[in-house]
Amino acid sequence: MTAGNERYPAHDNQRIFRAILLTMSQPGSVTALGNWPNPPENLHPAAAAVCLTLVDMDTPLWIGKNTPNDIQTYLRFHCGCPVVRKQDRGAFGLILDGNDLPDLSEFNMGDIEYPDRSATLIIQVKDIQVGSGVLLTGPGINGQVQIGIEGLDTSFWQFLQHNNRQFPLGVDVILATQTEIVSLPRTVQVGI
Amino acid sequence: MSFIKESAAGTENTPRETEDTGYNYGYLDEQTKRMIRRAILKAVAIPGYQVPFAGREMPMPYGWGTGGIQLSASILGSDDVFKVIDQGADDTTNAVSIRKFFARVTGVETTEKTTEASVIQTRHRIPETPLTDGQIMVYQVPIPEPLRWIEARETETRKMHALEEYGVMHVQLYEDIARHGRIATNFMYPVKVDDRYIMSPSPIPKFDNPKLDMSPALHIFGAGREKRIYAVPPYTEVKSLDFEDHPFSVETWDDCCGLCGAKDSYLDEVILNDQGERMFVCSDTDYCTTRQQEGHRGPMAAREDISELKGTGPKAA
Ligand SMILES: [Zn+2]
Repeated sequence: MTAGNERYPAHDNQRIFRAILLTMSQPGSVTALGNWPNPPENLHPAAAAVCLTLVDMDTPLWIGKNTPNDIQTYLRFHCGCPVVRKQDRGAFGLILDGNDLPDLSEFNMGDIEYPDRSATLIIQVKDIQVGSGVLLTGPGINGQVQIGIEGLDTSFWQFLQHNNRQFPLGVDVILATQTEIVSLPRTVQVGI
Repeated sequence: MSFIKESAAGTENTPRETEDTGYNYGYLDEQTKRMIRRAILKAVAIPGYQVPFAGREMPMPYGWGTGGIQLSASILGSDDVFKVIDQGADDTTNAVSIRKFFARVTGVETTEKTTEASVIQTRHRIPETPLTDGQIMVYQVPIPEPLRWIEARETETRKMHALEEYGVMHVQLYEDIARHGRIATNFMYPVKVDDRYIMSPSPIPKFDNPKLDMSPALHIFGAGREKRIYAVPPYTEVKSLDFEDHPFSVETWDDCCGLCGAKDSYLDEVILNDQGERMFVCSDTDYCTTRQQEGHRGPMAAREDISELKGTGPKAA
């Protein structure tokens, strides 16, 4: 018995998981995800790849109410996941436009005895530049790293500071351009 | 679900196939792997915190340990180079079997060299050769809870971690010093990760604890029976618990390695013959062999009767 869909074999899941693991364990490092699925317009292939690799029937996915029908259908079909409308119910949250963020603090931040039960957010952005921009420190970062994100509301960085102060509670974020991802787990400290 | 139905024995001549052998790629079904992968990512995001996961009851040859196997099965791919160490050795029956098993179900390349490996599965040791950026250590853990010897109830230890109530842990360690003159725990010596969670670094000797501190590698720990996954990301502070008047210190030996002469590695005592003659050798066989190949010689290196220990004799596996 193989769960998931036939067009997206185990090898791709493994490869994409490792790319996500690399970025999550080394915040600020950018990884390109090759060999995409072929998602509908406005769903970035990199974001779709992350969803197909991690999201399934056990993990409700939050998507904004303005999400086009074809994207909802695609994710429901390929991930087999329940789609939820209440932010705090989502194990994952998919935000299609980094410039149009919902109130991120409404997502599930986890429980003090089970901080792992918090949400993972996938936010689509335009571009990721390494070496200039916001200064990041924390576990996984050798000293410090700078990243500049195009297509992400600046309020995001205030939220990330707030997120880090709640540790061990907090959400973990994956930013996705069309082809690349960078991860910002709750341990990331932002210097603004 | 497609679990292995045969023991590791007899796998030697099995062709290296994956999908068409009836085994799922990487041995676990995709849904189980996805669940374990999500747990790994949360473990990385909360360094030192034990993430519960719905592990499978897996029929496993004795001595393999399901925690490490499930982690490796969820991590490994055909681009990897995989090393397995049991104690410090690559050539024990368990290490050889696990390596062959994953070569067969994932097509992964295997190695005995620390420097060549992208993923290293281990139970008792961290290699002596410094780990590098991008390497992943996978630990097979029997008892994940560092507070278990103080408090048997899971509900209570979970609260203690949540509230950072670690005073009782310190009191116990201090009493240990009062009784023994030192902290008697030489294995699973507790550490504090990123100044927050107290974590058990699996049954490695405390000699290896400092290797976790600010390590460039990612360290992932899996406990199969208790169904816990926890992690230390690269470049993360890992501090062994200690006291001002009793600072943490690691084991030292008066001898050097009899084969390679190393003075900086963890040594095992080996009985050489029935006259009770003994020597010390590196527990890390790859480290020792590499040093010998580089021309380092210990005081026993010239002895003919220990060729098997030197790695030049017939291998045990
Ligand atoms: Zn040696």
